[in-house]
Amino acid sequence: MKKLISIKNIIVSFAFIIVLWQIVFLTSDFNEALFPSPYQALQAFLEMIKDGSIFVHIGTSMYRFGAGYISAIVAAVLLGLVLGWFKGIFQYVNPLVQLLRPISPMAWMPFIVLWFGIGDTPAIVIIFIAAFFPVLLSTVSAVGGINPIYFKVSKNFGIKQPQIMWKVIFPAAFPQIANGIHLALGTAWIFLVAGEMVGAQSGLGYLIIDARNNLRADILLATIIVIGLIGLLLDTLLKWAEKKILKAWGGAL
Amino acid sequence: MYIEVKDAVKTFKQNSGEFTALDHVSLDIERGEFICLLGPSGCGKSTLLNAIAGFDKITEGSIKINGEEVTQPSIHNVTIFQNYGLLPWRSVLKNVELGLEAKKIPKEERREIAEKYIDLVGLSEFKNSHPNQLSGGMQQRVSIARALAVSPDIIFMDEPFGALDAITRMKLQDDILNISKQENKTIIFVTHDIEEAVFLADRIVVMTPNPGRIKSVVTVPLTHYRERTSEDFLLVRNKIFELFNMKPDDNIEYFI
Repeated sequence: MKKLISIKNIIVSFAFIIVLWQIVFLTSDFNEALFPSPYQALQAFLEMIKDGSIFVHIGTSMYRFGAGYISAIVAAVLLGLVLGWFKGIFQYVNPLVQLLRPISPMAWMPFIVLWFGIGDTPAIVIIFIAAFFPVLLSTVSAVGGINPIYFKVSKNFGIKQPQIMWKVIFPAAFPQIANGIHLALGTAWIFLVAGEMVGAQSGLGYLIIDARNNLRADILLATIIVIGLIGLLLDTLLKWAEKKILKAWGGAL
Repeated sequence: MYIEVKDAVKTFKQNSGEFTALDHVSLDIERGEFICLLGPSGCGKSTLLNAIAGFDKITEGSIKINGEEVTQPSIHNVTIFQNYGLLPWRSVLKNVELGLEAKKIPKEERREIAEKYIDLVGLSEFKNSHPNQLSGGMQQRVSIARALAVSPDIIFMDEPFGALDAITRMKLQDDILNISKQENKTIIFVTHDIEEAVFLADRIVVMTPNPGRIKSVVTVPLTHYRERTSEDFLLVRNKIFELFNMKPDDNIEYFI
């Protein structure tokens, strides 16, 4: 029942924006080539499906996204566990992290293109940078926030490093780490498109630039919607996974 | 002597000088005894327990178990905490197996031992549940099973039933008393509940705060199976009340 209501909400809100879009289209006097109607965007979308190009671009983008996002998670969680455990070291690393974190990954783009050329790598590196810091910081803070009684119990039962890391620290911190991984997803997805707009010859971000260069506003809008929908889908998947994890963890944080 | 606490002093640094949690405390405990450390908060009873268990170091003096100086916690002496200390991501069974894993006991044997002690605390039905699905009393039973599973010599209990309701608490007191006699463990039990101490202990160590000192050690001359309402029970209880100066003078005249 709850699911039905939320589906109803989604349909109503999407229908509302499409109707609004159509009204603006009818009442404004923008050139059709600059401001397509919902129908034209749909036509462009169907056209891309028909020639299969959209799937190729989505596939390329998903590969880059997966590579950058997953490698960032692995690196950030491992480093975060170590830094969370060795608080003394983190005190020296933290200023550096705080300095690097607010820099938009796109600022590194010129260097990235110079070092790695164009193709898959720049987008992967951009996504890596975008996802790395939120996951790192949430992992460090998760380890720092572990209830000290778990350590007391481990000490009592003679559980030492390295076992304590995967038997106690990682599982105890995991729900909060999962939350950080979920938050990083949105940021990483945003920067995928940005990364592909500059350093790539394929993918959804490239499609945007390509549509602009060809003055195909309909393709542009259709692509934008596809990007939004995939982002929504990924977020829903992760939200679902996070819920499952919390349940398996006995609902504890 | 099995456990020997000699002139133990524990001071904490505070912003305004030093706070003496334990002031020259000496105590001897025999193997198999059930000792209650009883007193109001701030009397150093938990500090003393943590020091004997090896979690905290004392500032001066010595603590020996079986002739050996205590320097760190050991799997031979397991502590049961007020907030259970169960790992919420592990099932009851896996929680009880925790200490056995550290002892490198093979998987099948681990399961066997764990099931035996889960059965002993009456939770067989719940062995695959997670701690958060259990009530406080049941969670504390799991942590008792986990402690017993590694067959420790001493069990330390730090206000283990403090977070439970009165009826559950009494039930668990019965159980721990039975278990302690069955398994013949040395138990050191911290509490601020006089009745609990009288019900459980062979000897009650009465402590007073500011600074933390042992005021008196009371031997409880009762059998293992105690009636909470029996005359002897009330007599011992009165004696403890007197030690805390909590009984009004007996010069009141009664009219019925």
